[in-house]
Amino acid sequence: MAGELLRLALGAVRAHRLRSFLSALGIAIGVAAVILLTSIGEGTRLYVVSQFTQFGTNIIAINPGRSKTMGIPGVLGGSTRKLTIDDAEALTRIRGVEVVVPVTMGLGAVELGGRSRSVTILGATPDLPVLWRFGARQGSFWPRGDPRQGGASAVLGPKLARELFGERSPLGAVVRIAGGRFRVVGVMQPKGQMMGFDVDDIAIVPVASALRLFNQDELMEIDLVYANARDTARVEAEVKRVLIERHGDEDFTVTTQEAMLDVFGNVMDVLTTAVGAIASISLLVGATGILTMMWIAVGERTSEIGLLRAVGATAAQVQAVFLAEAAALATLGGVLGIAIGLGGGLLLRLVVPGLPLETPLRFVLAGLAVSAATGLVAGVGPARRAAALDPIDALRAE
Amino acid sequence: MIRLVDICRTYDLGGNPVRALVDVTEEIASGEHLAIMGPSGSGKSTLLHVLGCLDRPDAGRYELDGRDVSALDDDALSLLRRHTIGFVFQSFHLVPRLTARENVELPMVFAGVPAAERRERAMAKLRAVGLEPRASHRPDQLSGGERQRVALARATVLEPKLLLADEPTGNLDGASGRHVLEILSRMNADGLTLVVVTHDPAVARRARRLIVLRDGHVVFRGSGEQIHEAVELLSTGDGEGDAAPAPGRP
Repeated sequence: MAGELLRLALGAVRAHRLRSFLSALGIAIGVAAVILLTSIGEGTRLYVVSQFTQFGTNIIAINPGRSKTMGIPGVLGGSTRKLTIDDAEALTRIRGVEVVVPVTMGLGAVELGGRSRSVTILGATPDLPVLWRFGARQGSFWPRGDPRQGGASAVLGPKLARELFGERSPLGAVVRIAGGRFRVVGVMQPKGQMMGFDVDDIAIVPVASALRLFNQDELMEIDLVYANARDTARVEAEVKRVLIERHGDEDFTVTTQEAMLDVFGNVMDVLTTAVGAIASISLLVGATGILTMMWIAVGERTSEIGLLRAVGATAAQVQAVFLAEAAALATLGGVLGIAIGLGGGLLLRLVVPGLPLETPLRFVLAGLAVSAATGLVAGVGPARRAAALDPIDALRAE
Repeated sequence: MIRLVDICRTYDLGGNPVRALVDVTEEIASGEHLAIMGPSGSGKSTLLHVLGCLDRPDAGRYELDGRDVSALDDDALSLLRRHTIGFVFQSFHLVPRLTARENVELPMVFAGVPAAERRERAMAKLRAVGLEPRASHRPDQLSGGERQRVALARATVLEPKLLLADEPTGNLDGASGRHVLEILSRMNADGLTLVVVTHDPAVARRARRLIVLRDGHVVFRGSGEQIHEAVELLSTGDGEGDAAPAPGRP
């Protein structure tokens, strides 16, 4: 029966093609806006998540200071100790940990002959390629040893290498980095931007040397890679235990990659929902169009409604016919809107190639469901009006 | 088949009560052919609407097939119309966007008849009224007579016991009208109870029985052959307010 009523409804929609198209257009524009904006939101989310997860997900970052405490450390009885290479070394003994990379960072000039380029200088260990999942394209990192010792070797980003050396091989050359002399032992694989940071344009030196160059006695971060994702909680607890044992207090912040992704995911979900909600205002406008069209249709087809009642249609069946018509009209608008949204997405990709854009199937299905529901809601008033007509008055309306 | 006892129906027109039917008592036997005549505003259409369960009397009792229908709710009346009563209107009331076959199928859609059976039954009815070749035509592609025959097919597709026709030939030329009347007579001969509201003496003459209404009262009862008396009564205005004795009354 529902299928038959829908067929009747579609017949009525087809009978006034232009009018139906125009009233469905409002819904189409609304759905297209929702699809397009949420696709940009989802694309951005996936882009950023891929940026995070290119390092792998089994990563824990330890930073100095507590992000969750209030007040001034040391004043209220706590003690603050700096994050050191010794701390990093202590963490290597935790079961399941693959590598621990103590990291520090600063800006400085890299000079060769008369050429100089100001870049980010990263202090790390030869385990950095394990953390980053990419390593030297040319040459290699300096040999593993005691990270507290430092050394005079450097690995350059490919862009920096090209700027300083042109087409020549930089391997074996001596450059000045923030005033210190370093021998170039490797050039990194090209990677481009990573979280807005150009990793092709950096110089990597031993962490102890970097601390000396920048006159620092504290690491910026310790990154730790562990083997099994299921061990996250245990490794996190172990890291805390080891560092509290060494510092006497939890004066550091441990962030797992999972937690970071969760927080980011939540932020993006809220943003995508907000953008979708704003776009759905245009759906309201579309609903008004359907309401107007259906109201007019009931007025025009009063005599037909009388006939339906005369041949035995109940008031509920008459109501269902008009509800189905409103829903069909809005769903057609939804289909049109999805086509416009997806087409607009393709066009945007052509015009702005870098724009991250992703339309999951659930967005498309939600677009259809929302448009059908919009039609049903907009159709309630006119359908009730149709059902409430007196059959005799309706028959006389011709 | 039908028993009306003291049926009254009063409308409120701008605060003024209009008595459309006053104490109408009538019996219509199963398979009967009754014509209802009367001047405009005499209550003919109101009586037809009451008989068709589209309108409810304010007072009186209406029995259809031995069942009191006066107190049935809206849904029950819809079901009764669907399965027991067929309507034919002067202006055909075909749905313009549907083909002849789809128009005939319409009552069956609401009765939940499966599509294949619907199609088969609609085609059989169109064949019976001589319109099978026009099944896929829309109303605007049909002549007046053809439209009314489609309406006849639609009215009888669910095999009702009672067919109510309101001026069925009012919009038709002579030949088309005669064709429609022949079909109606044939259906009546097959056992269908037929009630026709008409101004046309030629239509009323075909009925076995004839009543004339004036100001909501039945003022004449007779056979189809007594059409001249009825016409004379209508033209002179005699009998106004002077109801003919109701069946079963002194």
